[in-house]
Amino acid sequence: MLALEQFRDSTRAWLEENCPPSMRTPMVPEEIVWGGRNAVFTNPESKLWLDRMAEKGWTCPTWPAEYGGGGLSSEEAKILAEELARINARIALTSFGISMLGPVLLEYGTHEQKMEHIPKIIRGEIRWCQGYSEPGSGSDLASLGTKAILEGDEYVVNGSKVWTSYADKADWIFCLVRTDFEVPKHSGISFLLFDMKSEGVSTKPIQLISGSSPFCETFFDNVRVPAANLMGRLNEGWSIAKRLLQHERTMISGFGLASGQGDRGGTTSTTASLEGAAMHYRGDKDRLTDPALRDQIAQFKIDSEAFALTSQRSSEESRQGGPNATSSMLKYYGCELNKRRYELFLKAMGSQGLGWEGDEFEAEELQVTREWLRSKANSIEGGTAEVQLNIVAKRVLGLPDMLSLASKK
Amino acid sequence: MAMVLSEDQQLLRDSARSFCQDNAPISVMRRLRDEKSELGYDEAIWQQMIELGWPGMAIAEKYGGFEFGYTGLGLVLEETGRTLASSPLIASVLLGASLLSEAGSEEQKSGLLPQVASGKLRLAVGVDEGPHHNPSRVACTAMKQGAEYVLTGAKSFVLDGHIADKLIVAARTSGEPGSENGISLFLLEAGCQGLQIQRTQMVDSRNAANLVLDQVRISEDSLLGSEGAGFAALDAALDIARIGVASEMLGSVQEVFQRIVEYLKQREQFGVQIGAFQALQHRAAEMYSEIELCKSAVLGALRCLDDPSATAKDRARMASLAKAKLSEVSERVSNEGIQMHGGIGMTDEFDIGFFLKRARVAQQFLGDASFHRDRYATLHNF
Repeated sequence: MLALEQFRDSTRAWLEENCPPSMRTPMVPEEIVWGGRNAVFTNPESKLWLDRMAEKGWTCPTWPAEYGGGGLSSEEAKILAEELARINARIALTSFGISMLGPVLLEYGTHEQKMEHIPKIIRGEIRWCQGYSEPGSGSDLASLGTKAILEGDEYVVNGSKVWTSYADKADWIFCLVRTDFEVPKHSGISFLLFDMKSEGVSTKPIQLISGSSPFCETFFDNVRVPAANLMGRLNEGWSIAKRLLQHERTMISGFGLASGQGDRGGTTSTTASLEGAAMHYRGDKDRLTDPALRDQIAQFKIDSEAFALTSQRSSEESRQGGPNATSSMLKYYGCELNKRRYELFLKAMGSQGLGWEGDEFEAEELQVTREWLRSKANSIEGGTAEVQLNIVAKRVLGLPDMLSLASKK
Repeated sequence: MAMVLSEDQQLLRDSARSFCQDNAPISVMRRLRDEKSELGYDEAIWQQMIELGWPGMAIAEKYGGFEFGYTGLGLVLEETGRTLASSPLIASVLLGASLLSEAGSEEQKSGLLPQVASGKLRLAVGVDEGPHHNPSRVACTAMKQGAEYVLTGAKSFVLDGHIADKLIVAARTSGEPGSENGISLFLLEAGCQGLQIQRTQMVDSRNAANLVLDQVRISEDSLLGSEGAGFAALDAALDIARIGVASEMLGSVQEVFQRIVEYLKQREQFGVQIGAFQALQHRAAEMYSEIELCKSAVLGALRCLDDPSATAKDRARMASLAKAKLSEVSERVSNEGIQMHGGIGMTDEFDIGFFLKRARVAQQFLGDASFHRDRYATLHNF
């Protein structure tokens, strides 16, 4: 206990000295640090903050110190998180390397692979993207057809991916490829890592109903990948793929968590909280005068608070080694909550929530509208709501699987 | 605020679970219903609960309790919800003892709380006067006459009203119905002159009564707390009871859901277990998700009651959150309990219907989902 208190004191002192002033203000979207070879730092203090945090390995506090991670215990990591929250410190580095690839690389990668990639993820030097979905393989992900054929000591990759977030900005890709066409679909998939600068890789951004988006189509035309870049064993990539999806779901379920004080983050803006927006756009003073909307907002906020407690309970239970089959449930519920949040914002804002562009709308208002449209993807990306419910039904509740019943007949 | 149970709390829950399954199963509830039991609970089982220390669980040590906290009491109530075990725990302990603790003088507390903790004294609390919970809409009056108060009015939905030894009644010493000011609390003997108690037969076969107070004269010593300022203590005690009832509802909801899932795996139609149908799988998975939120809402609320740094407003917020959420989900799950069991779920011989009946009474008791969403909104200033 004493050691933990000492850790808290030294952490607090270090943060006091090393967290630059502007890094203690609410994050603005333009200043989110994604790292990578072509990293952009619109605020120079973001770079300073990243370098200092990476030096301590605190961009990935619990990862092993031998690969440059913080090497902290879960108790220490909790203290660090609390101390960062105490001074409202910004996240120093946001990346798919941290939230998705890193954990499975540590679990399945060889020592050489870890030595090559983990330190760069921690320092934000390489930006990763995820090569999973394909035009013909959405919910039925394992039906993917991008093929990798071994020629000498290289795989030759051909095919295409879709919904690759930030493929046009990423340096490397972790990619599911088919390496055996003769076996059942789950048994012929492998997990490859390769450089997006390789010859034959091209990307094309996708326009969404909400406007421009980070999503891309990604094409592979005879891309040559060193055989050493195979992660895990040949044709056993599906178990790694599923493991990574658990991490992805945990990340996406965070969308359901209200950020900071309000329902949308921010502090003073009229669109920070639902009730604030609802009263502002109706000219209400002390009480929201639309009783139906008031009830719906209260119900939303109750669910939102109960959901946050559930996320907390789930992570505490998993620290205790208890049951933790809930990532699908959290993903499902968090995404439904986020969609509800934005439908309520639209109701709260009336016609001011329906602008597409132009000076008749505040920038914040236009942003809410785009976020509302974007939120529709929450229950599709990272496994649809229906797929999550299937997983809960089968894995958690143990209900029978109609597809396997049918195949037995 | 940790969202996992301590080892002691897990042990308590496990022992409460085996006690309820072994000694107070749902067949006891059926027997009480069939016998039209006047008492409304089984005296022998209640005596065993007393021996286990359940009535004194959340009462302070200096008043004869065990000071194990509300989380402990909540866990016990959750287990009683699984088997629909009725007892004076809700009326006498959750409501009565809490209200005494909140409003009573040192003398009243040291005189009465040890008796509640030991099960010797059963209390009931009369608040509502109409079909809907509304603790500030007290019309029942108490007029000061010399060293006495004279109470006139009526109370409805008074849990255990007809079997309690003493009753605590909210009456108005000033102001208009709907005002939080002017509400006073009085401690009455069950047999006092002018008090008529009529048991109501409710759909859940549990105890409730209507009271008529016709010029009930009581000494001014029977006042709990100060005159006209009883609402804060009343609402604080109600919040404890709301959270306790939500705990009980959580037990029932989980039991119904467990029965549903077992039935989905067992019942076959069209040559397959009906649990293989996606239409039912998704409804089950959605219920599972909602129940996970219910568990967190109840645990969060119980933790808040046990947190010495929590304010009355924090408790009120968490009480309304938990009661609103549990009332909503309890309606959904109890309905699915019938629907997913099909025809057999409609028969009296099958137990699932008891959960539906209890669910609706528990939903209504101390405020339904819409009451608590309204209160939650008010507490959030909108």
